[in-house]
Amino acid sequence: MNKQTRTGWRLVATLAALAVLAGCETTKLDETTAAPVESRGGTAGGAAGTGGAGATAAGTPQSGVATVTLPGQGAAGGANAAMAAPSQRIVYFDFDSFVIKDEFKGMLDGHARALMASRGKRMAIEGHADERGSREYNLALGQKRAEAVARSLQLLGVGEQQLEAVSFGEERPAVQGSDEAAWAANRRAELKDR
Amino acid sequence: MAAPSAPWPRRRFLAALAAAAAAPAAAQFRVEIAGVGATQVPVVVADLRGEAAAGVPLASIVRADLQRSGLFRASPANQALDETSKLDLAEWRGRGADAVVAGSVTRLADGRFDVRFRLWDAVRNQELLGQSKVVLAADLRLAAHRVADEIHEKLTGERGVYATRIAYVVHAGRRFTLHVTDADGEGGQVALASPEPIISPAWSPDGRRLAYVSFESQKAVVWVQDLTTGQRRMLASFRGSNSAPAWSPDGERLAVTLSQDGLAQIYTMPAAGGAPVRLMRSSGIDTEAVYAPDGRSLYFVSDRSGGPQIYRVGASGSPVERITFDGNYNVSPAISPDGTLLAYVTRRSGAFKLMTQELAGGSPQALTDTQHDESPSFAPNGRLLVYATRAQGADVLMTTTLDGRIKTRLLSSGADMREPAWGPFGR
Repeated sequence: MNKQTRTGWRLVATLAALAVLAGCETTKLDETTAAPVESRGGTAGGAAGTGGAGATAAGTPQSGVATVTLPGQGAAGGANAAMAAPSQRIVYFDFDSFVIKDEFKGMLDGHARALMASRGKRMAIEGHADERGSREYNLALGQKRAEAVARSLQLLGVGEQQLEAVSFGEERPAVQGSDEAAWAANRRAELKDR
Repeated sequence: MAAPSAPWPRRRFLAALAAAAAAPAAAQFRVEIAGVGATQVPVVVADLRGEAAAGVPLASIVRADLQRSGLFRASPANQALDETSKLDLAEWRGRGADAVVAGSVTRLADGRFDVRFRLWDAVRNQELLGQSKVVLAADLRLAAHRVADEIHEKLTGERGVYATRIAYVVHAGRRFTLHVTDADGEGGQVALASPEPIISPAWSPDGRRLAYVSFESQKAVVWVQDLTTGQRRMLASFRGSNSAPAWSPDGERLAVTLSQDGLAQIYTMPAAGGAPVRLMRSSGIDTEAVYAPDGRSLYFVSDRSGGPQIYRVGASGSPVERITFDGNYNVSPAISPDGTLLAYVTRRSGAFKLMTQELAGGSPQALTDTQHDESPSFAPNGRLLVYATRAQGADVLMTTTLDGRIKTRLLSSGADMREPAWGPFGR
């Protein structure tokens, strides 16, 4: 390596060092005829890490993704806890529909009376959709079903602040499967005490 | 490889494909080619000198990348080469190679690696490219993808997407994980692990953050997470459901779907958090907003006219214009980076199909033979789509060229994979 190319490399190295987070320095090959030997110090340690947190700025791998792990919920909040809910707390819907069928009106009447009897009581209405189609659209469809149930309870006299309509879309099926029976069981709104 | 015939006979090409699929770097992707007559540039990529010691099969990664684009036939050299080799390009041309790549990888005193390569054009008998990339060991795989990008750009004039990343959700048992992987499905890392569902990941334009919907608080809430640090915060947690995040092209705002006023409606809010502004009012569900690349309009799904259809609205909330008319269920819009092509999912005879449609006016084109397509997302160069579908009873991720001819399947341990989102250039 002659003096001129070494100086050239130093310039490249300096420029690269200025771009602190640019973990990948690219140079045209003709400027570096031999392997560069300058050490930037303290960077070797970053080589083994996969997580970005804690790595030095100059040695942060660009491939690093930090993992966030959320704790598991209690038994009541488990993914399929809804399966244990009694059937008189579930309203079922037709495909692509959010109309409450007459067969569920008596049940909603009972819940409305209970909520009106104790105004401090709160309830979440969880809407669900079957697995077919867009997850986001199904989330909105589940929300529309939950809102339909919440609105019918409000019309019966339940206070708006006692209810929150939320949706799980297709994410929390009551029944696994890809047939009409499973889909029908999953198009639902569940009434849950809070 | 002796017969001086160019292009290669198809049988040899398929054999090369099978060999590429058997190499470790390609283990996560299976390439399926439908139809014949695709013109692909034959490129020889020699194993890099020193790559066995570096512990990463760099040349195999480069070959698999080029192969997956559908634009190249990549094969190994049958002799040892590096960037200092004096090549007889006429001879390589005679062997059927249009271009040759060779290089080396050397561990430096500070523990980093110097990855060097040269690209020669065997047709015009000249050197096209010579580069050195100094990287951390953890970024060697990324360096290989960047080499593939350089080759791709030099040979096609377009940017490659090999160094980009894809986010997706894996569901296994009662565990949901948000993964970030290299565009070849390798180098996967977990950004979030949760006992509750995660949906709708969306990349910030700078590629550093993901917005997504998590049900960890027993309802749908929009979060934004920094990938490098793992820092996360709630962006939207209003009454009802909060979902469908989409970044504006300048990264300043996000569109979200909120149901705080009852029906699911689209709002925008500052990326740093703040008050949501309602984009428009409709009497139906409005959701799945995505910004046009110029930021002047958004595409979204609404059932205001009956079944869900795709609409466009100005960024100020008007005017609203219906885009899809075929069929009664069109959802999940994605817009190509140049703003000219719409990808979406339509329901036809009970099947859900990935479609594309020219926004300037054109008929819908089906891209797949599968029945349960979901969540299309464009590669940042607009040449590929990633989408979710179902195969052999499992949720899988596929990429496809826009003509539907070349598809690759992202393989996994059998867990359900869904909700893919292709990240931007750069990271």
